[in-house]
Amino acid sequence: MNKYLFYPGCSMEASAKAYMESIRAILESLDLQLEEIEDWNCCGATEYLGINLIPAYALIARNLALAMKQMNAANGTGGTHTIVTPCSACYLNLAKADYYMQERPVLGEKVNEALKAGGLHYKPGALDVRHLLDILVYDVGLETIRSKVVRPLKGLRVAPYMGCMLPRPDYKHRWSDHEHPTELNDLLRVLGADVVEYPLTTNCCGGHMTQIGPETAFELIHRLIVDADARGAHLMATVCPMCQLNIDAYQDEMNHYFGTDYHMPILFFTQLMGLAFGKEPDELGIGVELVSSRNALAKIGVEVPITQEPAGPRKKAEGLPMPRRLSRHEEGKEAMK
Amino acid sequence: MNSDPFEPTIIGFTCNWCSYRAADLAGTARMKYAPNVRLIRLMCSGRLDPTFVLRALSNGADGVMITGCHPGECHYIEQNYKALRRYLLLKRVLQGLGIEPARVKLVWASAAEGAKFVAEINAFVEEIRKLGPLSWGKDEGGKLKDEEGNERSSFTTYSSPFEEVPA
Amino acid sequence: MTEKKQERVGVYVCHCGTNIAGMVDVEELAKWSAEKLGHQGVVIARDYKFMCSSLGQELIEKDIRELGLTRVVVAACSPHLHEKTFRTAAQKAGLNPYLVELASIREQVSWVHTDRVVATEKAKAVVAGAVSRVIENEPLEEIKVPINPNTLIVGGGIAGIQAALEIANAGFHVYLVEREPSIGGHMAQFDKTFPTLDCAACILTPRMVEVGTHPNITLLTWSEVVNVSGYVGNFNVTIKKKARFINEELCTGCGVCEEKCPKKVIDEVFEAGIGYRKAVYIPFAQAVPKFPVIDKENCTYFIKGTCKACEKFCPTGAIDFKQEDQLINIEVGNIILATGYDLFDARRVSNYGYGRFPNVFTSLEFERLSNAAGPTNGNIVLRDGKTVPKSVGIIHCVGSRDRNFNNYCSVICCMQSLKFAHLVHERTGATVYNFYIDMRTASKAYDEFYQRVLEEGTLFVRGKVAEVTDVARDEHEKGKLIIQVEDTLIGKQRRIPVDMVILSVGLQPRHDAKEVGRLFGISCSTDGWFTEKHPKLDPVATMTEGIFIAGCAQGPKDIPSSVAQGAAAAARVLDKILQKEVALEPIKASVDQKKCSGCRICNGLCPFNAISYIADDNISYINPALCQGCGTCVAACPSGAISGTGFSDAQILAQIDGLLLRTLEVEQATA
Repeated sequence: MNKYLFYPGCSMEASAKAYMESIRAILESLDLQLEEIEDWNCCGATEYLGINLIPAYALIARNLALAMKQMNAANGTGGTHTIVTPCSACYLNLAKADYYMQERPVLGEKVNEALKAGGLHYKPGALDVRHLLDILVYDVGLETIRSKVVRPLKGLRVAPYMGCMLPRPDYKHRWSDHEHPTELNDLLRVLGADVVEYPLTTNCCGGHMTQIGPETAFELIHRLIVDADARGAHLMATVCPMCQLNIDAYQDEMNHYFGTDYHMPILFFTQLMGLAFGKEPDELGIGVELVSSRNALAKIGVEVPITQEPAGPRKKAEGLPMPRRLSRHEEGKEAMK
Repeated sequence: MNSDPFEPTIIGFTCNWCSYRAADLAGTARMKYAPNVRLIRLMCSGRLDPTFVLRALSNGADGVMITGCHPGECHYIEQNYKALRRYLLLKRVLQGLGIEPARVKLVWASAAEGAKFVAEINAFVEEIRKLGPLSWGKDEGGKLKDEEGNERSSFTTYSSPFEEVPA
Repeated sequence: MTEKKQERVGVYVCHCGTNIAGMVDVEELAKWSAEKLGHQGVVIARDYKFMCSSLGQELIEKDIRELGLTRVVVAACSPHLHEKTFRTAAQKAGLNPYLVELASIREQVSWVHTDRVVATEKAKAVVAGAVSRVIENEPLEEIKVPINPNTLIVGGGIAGIQAALEIANAGFHVYLVEREPSIGGHMAQFDKTFPTLDCAACILTPRMVEVGTHPNITLLTWSEVVNVSGYVGNFNVTIKKKARFINEELCTGCGVCEEKCPKKVIDEVFEAGIGYRKAVYIPFAQAVPKFPVIDKENCTYFIKGTCKACEKFCPTGAIDFKQEDQLINIEVGNIILATGYDLFDARRVSNYGYGRFPNVFTSLEFERLSNAAGPTNGNIVLRDGKTVPKSVGIIHCVGSRDRNFNNYCSVICCMQSLKFAHLVHERTGATVYNFYIDMRTASKAYDEFYQRVLEEGTLFVRGKVAEVTDVARDEHEKGKLIIQVEDTLIGKQRRIPVDMVILSVGLQPRHDAKEVGRLFGISCSTDGWFTEKHPKLDPVATMTEGIFIAGCAQGPKDIPSSVAQGAAAAARVLDKILQKEVALEPIKASVDQKKCSGCRICNGLCPFNAISYIADDNISYINPALCQGCGTCVAACPSGAISGTGFSDAQILAQIDGLLLRTLEVEQATA
């Protein structure tokens, strides 16, 4: 039994609930045990580090300190020093805090001073921070995964989308490459899927730009979807709640902005693993995505239950109408005038 | 004497191929550094017998700086690694003898690193100044005493551990 | 110590004009030395304006003769500058040169300190240290060993070829060892050479033929050095001559075997992976020697046990499937390593897409592509073998000047890229883009070539390419390779669609350079290139006497520099051969057999394998010719049985005491 400390991260309880459900569903078949860190808090996601370094690192390091405490308590009873997280942003933050606290002792001291207020302490380097994909590919192993496949995803063309936060900066040299890593491709191939060559696999999905500069985010989402579509993918597979959210929830707006009509579902890789392991869609949180994977999964004979009303035409807003955003198409026309 | 800042005496061991040349370079470039350091040229940091360090410390030096080629650049291929090993062991021995291990420092300096050599010397002099004099075996008058408490006039009473002990 | 030896020491303090006298009270220093160091044996102490002048030297010589000095200390500049001068002077006066010690009071005192009183104090300590030390010095004699006139050259590229011809033409024998089936090296693979655009084969092959037929050259191709022992003048080398499965006595090089061989494989070496060869092959038409090689890994006979087509058709019966590897022992006096370079593996820069996109080529692939004798007969086409590109992007510095890969500049890539730009332009009329970080064309007629390529209309974009992608963003990018780059001259991101991308990959040390270095007892720099004795003044010698380096094994360089180094190394070897014997510095370690307990702790410490264990006597022995004098074993010997001349325990301990004498003296005075 492989046992790991587990840091789920906030998304797992909200927007990426489906991710968590699918992880739970596949754990047993893989003989994995994830021990959740007690009383964990938000990692600060992508922005906080840009605002105030010490509190941001302290926020992250609190989780590391809690994990270390848990590890020490369990020591002697098969304790592990590996902490696993399924979220790319959480993974990056935890790894970054661990790395810089070690690299810059002054920072480490200050962070620990802050942690002391809560009676905590983190010794940099004490934990091994890893992403769930890393664990599945390198610890569980592709052969073990292959042996659990009962429903190969044959005929399903998948674009493997790893996102930008997982492979870079790779503090501990965990990935095969930083621009074109192959881990996700390999894993999906083992599930029997037709993996399309997807060179944008480590491009950015726009992150929180959807909130502060939607046009930029739309451009980035557009690139990803256009290329996945051009390469004949039925759906995209991701390892990151942020990527999933952006491509899924903002696809409609992106289409609207560019005057296009793409329909590219995006699922978590664990959901696809679950399907391959013979689990049913409702056990894996499939069907709650906004861009439905119904048509895509029909290719492998999986029927996705309708859990919500199709989006349908946009409801008319109440109150006074807002001016419509200019699409790029129209912007060009404006300039011509 | 009491009002003056403590001026430590430091013995520096240099490698003929790198750090001694770095010292030459510092001179040629007229870089200035603290006058507390006195250098001894060895062919290689690997030649450094830990006895040399102990001898220097027991004979009046307050600190010893060992310098050699950067790892991988040893003139004799890999002997600086041996110096590193001895240095690490020596630090433990010093601790056992009640001497602050920080009184001995290993520094890598290539023949081109005159500036680094100077900076390292200056930093080390300050570190030793902070540690204060290594005044063992001396009474309040600063005179050297041997094990029986007899006054000793100079260094010549020490003999190399390898020399045969006169009957 | 002093009392028992009764040495007569002379101390000479140099003013060096005002270089020393300006900061050190030289008169006081001399006076102090005479007074306070008298009990150590100092009988005379003088100061003089320029000790290194002939008058200064004569002063010392005269004192040696008249005062019967047995030791001399010169307080002046660094020993690296004038040690030799004063040793020679002492020798003239009949004193063993190794009884002279220099006290560096210029580089270590007057030039680096600012307080005259403190500087003078330190100078006193330095002189006291030198006096204490010189008393323990022992007279030494240089060690002379004879030089074997034969030379081994490893690597048959242009540097090795040049060196071999120089030495052979001077009338001495050369063994030239080459790992591949033919000599010629990388240069044989090139099409044109920059900046003159001479055809590489036209200028190289006559030299190769000369090497192949030279009576003074023994050519050993398809061979590798497996063992080296001995020392300068007397190396013993074992060479493994790999089985060719061809009887060289009988083979005429007609090439029928290659023609008839049914097995075709990709030629990863000479054709850089874009061409084919047979399982029995001569790497290229002008190969020297002209004997083919059977590639055991791919030969049908070796795999399946049947075929032997080559044997059937060979008109002279030269095919010999039973041939085995052969070990050859030779004795040589000097060795030149000209082992060349490897190319950076372009797949490591995954964002440039080499290996993912068919139309991304490496520079060596392009050389073969544009070579008239190459797989496309010199037609510059895409990987499909027929389409002529309409636009080509050439990316400089791939793997070089990059913190993720190699920090250094690979020297040749700028000029090589310019050459490619010219060739593409001339032969296809395509639009050519060069993506460069800095343009480095610093050599004779190089920049003129750059100007010429500029005038031909090649487009230059200054910036490091971010990625090569096939993800099109609009119509005109569709089906192309798009080069995404920040153009740093206009400060804009650009996307340039092209049909073909050429990666000007950097040069790297041979993958086995470290092992080869260990085999020959020389070291590699942090980047992995062989380390020269001095980067400026001794670029082809190494720290190991008798081993020289030339060409790219020492660092990236172009053909003219490689040739120059080959010739330079040859000149150094000839110099050694003509001297007939070599004097070795007498700084050596030796074992006192009486004290040695045979513990063998020292055995593993020597990187030069100078220490051997003599089981019969249960002692260790140090070969003085192999010993380089580092002294590591001296420091390690637990019984104090090993002593090192020039840097003995007694000398160093005395110097430590001497340096600290002044400290004690001052402390006692103020107490």
